[in-house]
Amino acid sequence: MIRLENVTKRFPGQDHPAVNNLNMFIPEGEICVLVGPSGCGKTTTMKMINRLIEPTEGKIYIKGQDTATVDVIKLRLDIGYVIQEIGLFPHLTIAENIATVPREKGWPRDLINQRVDELLTLVGLAPEKYRRRKPADLSGGQRQRVGVARAMAADPPILLMDEPFGAVDPITRARLQNEFLEIQAEMRKTIIFVTHDIDEAIKMGDKIAIMRDGELVQYAPPGELLSSPADEFVERLLGPNRTIKRLNLIAVREALRCDLLPAVPGHLSSEEARPLLKGSKLNVLAVVDSRNSLTGFVRGEQLKNNHAGPVAEIAELSSNVIAAEATLNEALSLMLGCGSQFVAVVSKKGEYKGVVTLGSLLELVREDVKEDVA
Amino acid sequence: MWRKLNRLRTVLAPVILLAAGISATVYFVENATPMAARLLVYPNVLRVLGQHLLLVAVSSLLAIAAAVPLGIIVSRPAFRPVAPAIEGIVNVGQTVPSLAVLALFMTLFGLGFQTAVFALWLYSLLPILRNTYAGMKSIGPEIIEAARGMGMKAHRILRRIELPLAFPIIMAGIRTAVVINVGTATLASFIGAGGLGDLIVTGISLRRTELIYTGAVLSALMAIFFDDLLARLEKYV
Repeated sequence: MIRLENVTKRFPGQDHPAVNNLNMFIPEGEICVLVGPSGCGKTTTMKMINRLIEPTEGKIYIKGQDTATVDVIKLRLDIGYVIQEIGLFPHLTIAENIATVPREKGWPRDLINQRVDELLTLVGLAPEKYRRRKPADLSGGQRQRVGVARAMAADPPILLMDEPFGAVDPITRARLQNEFLEIQAEMRKTIIFVTHDIDEAIKMGDKIAIMRDGELVQYAPPGELLSSPADEFVERLLGPNRTIKRLNLIAVREALRCDLLPAVPGHLSSEEARPLLKGSKLNVLAVVDSRNSLTGFVRGEQLKNNHAGPVAEIAELSSNVIAAEATLNEALSLMLGCGSQFVAVVSKKGEYKGVVTLGSLLELVREDVKEDVA
Repeated sequence: MWRKLNRLRTVLAPVILLAAGISATVYFVENATPMAARLLVYPNVLRVLGQHLLLVAVSSLLAIAAAVPLGIIVSRPAFRPVAPAIEGIVNVGQTVPSLAVLALFMTLFGLGFQTAVFALWLYSLLPILRNTYAGMKSIGPEIIEAARGMGMKAHRILRRIELPLAFPIIMAGIRTAVVINVGTATLASFIGAGGLGDLIVTGISLRRTELIYTGAVLSALMAIFFDDLLARLEKYV
C-alpha cells in the first residue's frame, strides 16, 4: 500500500539527516506505528507521506504511484490527518469541522450532513447534541474523537496520526485507543501512527517501526519485537518487563482451559453435583443457568454439607470473572487483585466459556518463549 | 429587567447619540453670543460636519484597503525574516505626533483636502496594520497545519480559517484607527481642509467657548458613533 524507498530528509543547516535512507513497506489495512525518542525522525517520516515535508532523496509510493507526481492537494484530500494538538477550527461548529474535507471535495450538502451524523455516531457523540457545538464546549477526549472523525470524513484509505491520543489523561486515552481499535477492525484503513509511548505502540500496532537518529532500527510485529529485540536500544526502549507486556498481546480466549473448572447446571442438587468435582483440579465448580450464563461458583467444602436444594442456592458470585476479549495481562492483574488462582471467562453475552489459571498462563508464556527460541 | 434595558440601550445607541448631537447643536446655536453667532448657524455647522465625515470616511476606508492586505502579506511565512523590522517601523511611526505629520505633508503637498486625507490615511494605517499582523499571528500553528494536512488550498485556508479567526483583532485595530482618526481630523483645519476643527480653531482665536464646545462635542459624539457602528458590523458579520 505505502512503500518508502531510500527516503532521506536533510533540513537546511543540519549536518545529520533527520531521516536517513529509510526503506519500509506498509501493507494495506494495517496499523504501522512509528516509535522512538523525540528527534528520531518519526514525525518527519509521517509528514513526508502527505508531503507536508518534501523528501530530499528517495521516493514514496502509494498503491504503486510515486507521490511526487500526484497533485499535492489531491494527495492530501485522500489521506486522513490527525495531530496531537488536534487543530480543530475554533470558529466552526463540530459539524463544520468534520465536514472540512468533504466540503473541499465539493460533496453535495445533503451527503455531507448525512456523513457528519454518521461519523459523530461512530465516535460515540450524539449528533443532535454535538453537531452545533463549538470545539471550546467539548472536553479533551471529545475533541480527540472529533479530530478522528474529521480525518475519516471523506473515507480516505490512509490515515496519518501523530500522537492522536497524546493530550488526554491515561484513562480517557485507554478508552479512546480501545474505541479506535474497534472502529479500525471494521474500517481496515492503512494507518501510520506516530507515538513516543512504547506501550501505546504495542497495543495499537500490527507492525512497529522503531526509529533512532533518523534510522529504522527494527520493523516487526509487536510479538516478535518483544520476544527478540534487535539490539540493546530496542531492549531499553521496551523496558525491563517485556514478558508482562507480551501478556497484553494475548487474548484470554487463547489461554482458555475448559477442563479445569467444569460447569454444573444450577438445578442439580449437591449430591448430583459432587461427582463433577473429580474433574475440577481447583476443587470448584462453575454454576450456570439454563442459558449457560455463569451465575456463581461453588466450592468442594460447600458440597460436603449436603445442602438439600439446588446448587444455585449455595453458589457464590465473586469478582474473578473476565471477558473473552480481554488480554492475559488484565486476567493476571485480576487474579492478583482477588488473590485467586483462576479467573472464569465469559463471552459478551455472559455465557460461561472456561477458565484461565495461573498455571495455564505460565505454561502458555513458556511455550511461547520456546517457539521463539526454536 | 436589566437585561431588557441593556438590549434597549444597544439598539437605541445610535438614536441617542444622534439626539444628543442635535440637541447640543441646537443649544449652542440658539445661545450663541453675538461674535460667535455669525459662524454658529445651522448651514455652517452642517457644512463642517460634512467635511469632517468625508475626511474621516475617505482616509479610513483607504487605510483599511491598504493596511489589511499589507498586514496579511507581512504575516506570510515568506516575510517572516522582515516582519520584525516592519513591525518596528510601524511602532515608531505611531509615536510621531499627529500635528507634526500634518505639518510635514503640508510642506510637501500644500494645503487642502487631499493633503489632510493623505496624512490621516498614513496615521490610520499603523493600528490597522499592526492588528492585522497580530491577528494573523495569533492563530495557533497547529490549526494551520491541520488545515494544510487535510488538503485545503492556501487561499481557502486564508478565507475560511485565518481571516475569520483574525477578524475580531483586525476589527479592534480598525475601531482604534477610526476613533483616533475622528479626533485627529480636527487638526485638518490647520491646513485648510475644513472639518469640525474649523469651529474649534476659530473658537480659540475668538475666545468663544460655545464654538469650541460645538466642535468638540460633535467630534466626540462622532467618534462614539463610529465605534458603535463598527462594533455592530463586527457582530453582524
